Amino acid sequence: MLECRDIVLRREGWEFTADLDLQPGGRIAVIGPSGAGKTTLLSLIAGFLAPDAGRIAWQGRDLTGIAPGKRPVSVLFQDQNLFPHLDVTRNVGLGLRPDLRLSPDQRDRVAQAIADVGLGGFGDRLPANLSGGQQSRVALARVLLRARPILLLDEPFAALGPALKSEMMELLDRIGRDTGALMLMVTHDPRDALEFARQTIVVQDGHCQPPQATGDLLRDPPPALREYLGGSIGG
Amino acid sequence: MAARILRVSAGPAIAAGLALLILGTLAAVAWQAEGLSGLSSWDWRAVRFTIWQAALSATISALLAVPVARALARRRFWGRGLLVTLLGAPFILPVIVAIMGLVAVFGRQGAINDALRALSLPEISVYGWQGVILAHVFFNLPLSVRLVLQGWQAIPSERFRLAESLGFAPRDVARHLERPMLRAVLPGAWLAVFLVCLTSFTVALALGGGPRATTVELAIYQAFRFDFDLSKAALLGLIQIAICVGALIATRWIAVPASFGAGRDDRVTWQGPAGWRRGTDALAIALASAFLLWPIGAVTLRGLPAIPDLPPEVWTAAIRSVVMAVISALLTLTVTLILALHLSRRPSGWIEGAGMLPLVASPLVLGTGLFILLRDVAGAQALALPVTVGVNAMMALPFGLRALIPAARTMQQDYGRLAASLDMTGIARLRLLVLPRLARPIGFAGGLAAALAMGDLGVIALFSTDQPTLPLKLYQLMTSYRMADASAAAVLLMAISFALFWIFDRGGRLA
Repeated sequence: MLECRDIVLRREGWEFTADLDLQPGGRIAVIGPSGAGKTTLLSLIAGFLAPDAGRIAWQGRDLTGIAPGKRPVSVLFQDQNLFPHLDVTRNVGLGLRPDLRLSPDQRDRVAQAIADVGLGGFGDRLPANLSGGQQSRVALARVLLRARPILLLDEPFAALGPALKSEMMELLDRIGRDTGALMLMVTHDPRDALEFARQTIVVQDGHCQPPQATGDLLRDPPPALREYLGGSIGG
Repeated sequence: MAARILRVSAGPAIAAGLALLILGTLAAVAWQAEGLSGLSSWDWRAVRFTIWQAALSATISALLAVPVARALARRRFWGRGLLVTLLGAPFILPVIVAIMGLVAVFGRQGAINDALRALSLPEISVYGWQGVILAHVFFNLPLSVRLVLQGWQAIPSERFRLAESLGFAPRDVARHLERPMLRAVLPGAWLAVFLVCLTSFTVALALGGGPRATTVELAIYQAFRFDFDLSKAALLGLIQIAICVGALIATRWIAVPASFGAGRDDRVTWQGPAGWRRGTDALAIALASAFLLWPIGAVTLRGLPAIPDLPPEVWTAAIRSVVMAVISALLTLTVTLILALHLSRRPSGWIEGAGMLPLVASPLVLGTGLFILLRDVAGAQALALPVTVGVNAMMALPFGLRALIPAARTMQQDYGRLAASLDMTGIARLRLLVLPRLARPIGFAGGLAAALAMGDLGVIALFSTDQPTLPLKLYQLMTSYRMADASAAAVLLMAISFALFWIFDRGGRLA
């Protein structure tokens, strides 16, 4: 279980609070207005930010003070998920060894992961020579290899068109089933939440509400959420 | 855990060491100095001359820069890009080489005086205060032109188009667009030149001297070298520091733009006015180009054929200088990289300040201080080369930091979290993220540091050494009137300096 117990983070004139219990293997959408603290929640779990109070633990193990790279966590950011100076193979290989000293067996696994996301033969390309969708696939191949039990997604497909985006969501779905990871996905689009996650966390004014069933929440949103969503879900 | 502590504290430790070294050196200077009564009227004259010549050089450079920059901004012609790039070259041109060139053109045997004689006009002298000013304008006019040109190019071209559509005459353009820009840009450009000229040593050594053209830096050298009066050298050092600190305080109100780097020139600006202004623009560009290129061309023509006949000790000095310059550049790069990486993760005023400290300490002051500190450990002979390498490495730090800090910040913003989430730390992070991402600024900073160290004739002149660097050897040839050898050595020195810069910079681009 991922426990976020009595988390408080204070910044000038702003406070973020969370108290959550998230089950392994769950899929959870995180929605809320810009600046409400969605990315803050992910950054705390990833270890980029340290809470001023409270603790975060995974399967009973306290994560406080553990460096981001040592946590049981993979992250997909909005952008800059790939190093532009490294080719596809090396970008994916970083998921196995951060110093890229790979054994022959590990090299095979990297090639397999690249083939799994449909990019066989693209191994020696630089990210600049790939389309946006292909770049997302490379990042997903690395997630697949890292196989961490928690996957944090900060609107990673926001820049993609609708067709590509649903393609990526399918791929993500498959990776989720293969790795059995707990997935938290920040999104602006309630349809993503409906499609992807049984449960949804609403973040508002720096406060995280506990996860609720996505369908119920969107059918009958509380007033503030209704205002944020506007007319984007009919009925 | 130990590795982590080591990594986190390397930045502050280096910065503290640097601050200790520089401030300790300055403290040694202060300790050695006796009361202000130790200064004669000669010394006060040096103080006045230092400030006066810096102000005059800055003013002339700024005034001449305006027509040249305007012409470059509003005209397109063949070779314009090359000319703008060349405006960056004086930054790494060894001072002593430029002096050779100026002597070749403006000296007694030079073309200018030949022409004056032919016209039965009085000759001019390149020595004395006018020579100091001439050399400073030679070095700093290009810098001023670049800074003012940037100002011109920063005016959005839409505004010029608007002016055109409103039927503005050139006078109206000047009043509404150009003069407001100049008011904003010129103070910074003036101060940048003023700061450079305050610590002028080589120019004053070669062209100045005497009661009417001695700078404080030159007076330190004379007190140290000829009178061996350490307490007076130290006292003058304190005055030099006070002058630099005073000028730096002025930069709190007036932003000084970066004084290096090739001119950026990728904007399409407006069509300049036709008519007689075409002629004056062409004249401004032609005169400025001639003023800058002629001396270098003259010394090259004179020196190139004599290179095969250079005595072997010049080649020895050249090799010695290259080794010292490369060591110095690597020192600068190591310290700069550690400080910039630390600052990119957590901004820290005092660490950045420590890196910029060399700006308040002139090379001669540092050299004097290090000699005072180390004289019981080793003699001047043994200290000469290591102290020169160390001081040159320190003097290049501010330039290295200005090139690397913004790049390191961008890298941290763009890829810091990704690298952290993938557990890339230590050597792996350096190898797979830092060096590839920062290769260009590292190459550029290394090139600047190597070229500056290669051409420097400051600290080494303090010590009487039988192991001269190439600039010192060149100066010795010059003062013994072996002008053919001196010209050849100047060409050699210029070629090596530019080559060092090119190799580092190119290496960074290809990496």
